Amino acid sequence: MTSPEIKLSSDKTTLTCSLSGSWTTQELANVINQTPDKNKSDHQEQIFDLKAVEIMDTAGALYFLQHQDSVEANGHKTSLKNVPKHVRQIIDTVQDHRLKECPPETSLKGIRKLLTDTGESFFKIIDQGRALVTFLGLVLNAFAKQLINPKRIRWTPLVAQMEQIGIHALPIVGLISFLIGVVLAFQGAGQLERFGAQIFTINLVAVGVLREMGILLTAIIVAGRSGSAFTAQLGTMKVNEEIDAMRTIGLDPIDVLVLPRILGLILVLPLLTFYADIMGLLGGAAMTMITLDLSLFQYIRYLQDAASLGDFFVGMVKAPVFAFVIALIGCHEGLQVSRSAESVGRQTTRSVVEAIFFVIVLDALLSILFSVMGI
Amino acid sequence: MPKEAKPQNFVISLKGIRNQFGDQILHNHLDLDIRKGEVLGIVGGSGTGKSVLMRTIVGLNQKAAGTIKILGQDVDQVSQTELGVLRQRMGVLFQDGALFSSLTVSQNIEAVINEHTKLPAQFVREVAALKIALAGLPIEAGGKYPSELSGGMRKRAGIARALALDPDILFLDEPTAGLDPIGAAQFDSLIAKLQDTLGLTVVMITHDLDSLHAICNRIGVLLDKKIKVGTIIELTKEADPWIKEYFGGPRGRAATRSHD
Repeated sequence: MTSPEIKLSSDKTTLTCSLSGSWTTQELANVINQTPDKNKSDHQEQIFDLKAVEIMDTAGALYFLQHQDSVEANGHKTSLKNVPKHVRQIIDTVQDHRLKECPPETSLKGIRKLLTDTGESFFKIIDQGRALVTFLGLVLNAFAKQLINPKRIRWTPLVAQMEQIGIHALPIVGLISFLIGVVLAFQGAGQLERFGAQIFTINLVAVGVLREMGILLTAIIVAGRSGSAFTAQLGTMKVNEEIDAMRTIGLDPIDVLVLPRILGLILVLPLLTFYADIMGLLGGAAMTMITLDLSLFQYIRYLQDAASLGDFFVGMVKAPVFAFVIALIGCHEGLQVSRSAESVGRQTTRSVVEAIFFVIVLDALLSILFSVMGI
Repeated sequence: MPKEAKPQNFVISLKGIRNQFGDQILHNHLDLDIRKGEVLGIVGGSGTGKSVLMRTIVGLNQKAAGTIKILGQDVDQVSQTELGVLRQRMGVLFQDGALFSSLTVSQNIEAVINEHTKLPAQFVREVAALKIALAGLPIEAGGKYPSELSGGMRKRAGIARALALDPDILFLDEPTAGLDPIGAAQFDSLIAKLQDTLGLTVVMITHDLDSLHAICNRIGVLLDKKIKVGTIIELTKEADPWIKEYFGGPRGRAATRSHD
């Protein structure tokens, strides 16, 4: 292919533009940068000679017609000569379909864009909040119906979900809790050594793990592992129209899909938290046995003094609350998926971020509440 | 109408193509020549590998044996860059459009052009608007996301994207499937018009007998792992039971009558 060119030649009254080469999309950039300045000529008439044009595609024709327009806009007459048949056909087709004005730029720029985006996001957040509350109502309603009539509870998916959320999460939850116990003990011992209060490392580990770390880490892991899975599963079903199909068969997706997940997580998260507490304390034990040179029995003896049953329950009480929030958000975002593959990914990200955000905010609020109550 | 078939008029030539998945052989010793400027319809029963054949030609499916020549060049002999250039000369419309869902229709087209050229952004937008108009969509459709379009509009948007680089050859996978008869007829005339004005060669997989009658110059029937090509009139004289049933069955006869 040869690159497209425009050559000018002139006599007294007319300026002749000879076009040559391939006027195709791929080659067009060459000519756009070297198009002669059409303003400076003072000829009455401009003739375009298209004899040497090898091929012209629609983009080439569009550019040519725009060039011709701008020449005419400067008050010159234009005419075409020696147009090959195939080129004529393309030019005519493009002439029929092109817009006289270029399409308006749809995206805003600068401060207007910032303001528009801010406003849009604000209303979007309000809409999402409203949708979440509506969904909460639907779920509670369906849950109440199941409680009144326990035959409606779907045991098989419930147990399957519990296995998936609970048993399969044991290794990761255990490992992370154990390591956090180790880290707390190690860092605590280092700092408390300066006061000669090394023994209080055990208090630090016990209170830290039982009240906060055990439940918080478990909730975050579960939000990342199961909350995202809920969204992706429900979202894919939504894309495939499986959820619509369910409705037409007379199955309520809330009953069949959402409640087993929410109930499953509410039942399983306290168990996982208990397990995480034990593993965290074991991690602390491992570290204190090394740094403080205690035996396991001594560690347990001190542990009894350091932590009360209240500390344990403060942690455990949060578990069902967090579970409900994580599962509710996971399922809600899954059902918000529109019919495109891309939105599954977007909703999944959002589900995890929102779930972790709410878990931490709730945890902070509950901590304040408990301390005000003096627990 | 296609001219006299000389080898230089073949935009695509397949020789001895074999496609197989595991033990299952879909095509064996399949030969096919596609002439410049024709509309070739490809038909065949379920599982005869219509889509696989199309994917093999455009390079999405690795053939087990045989040679493919596109615009006179053997795809196995040319370099990666030349293959890239060849690919730019083919446009594909997938069944449901396969538009990028995160981009608007206009951006779908602009992305293709921007990837291969250094044209100014404003001009690229105008080219995109032109393609949208050529595909018969209203100009507002350019700013919409694929999920906001109806099935028929998505197909038109898919055509617009396939035309982004002004290809010589256009592949269509069941372009009229899922469209109502009016929409399907409009789509047929759109393809015929594009083929005529832009000088395209069109290869379309279709089961729409009306489309076959209305716009296809020749029809290829996938049968016994090979393809049998001919005009409808030639094919109706075939002795093969499947072809007889296809064109001579109640639907085939109805379509023939309405196009007589």
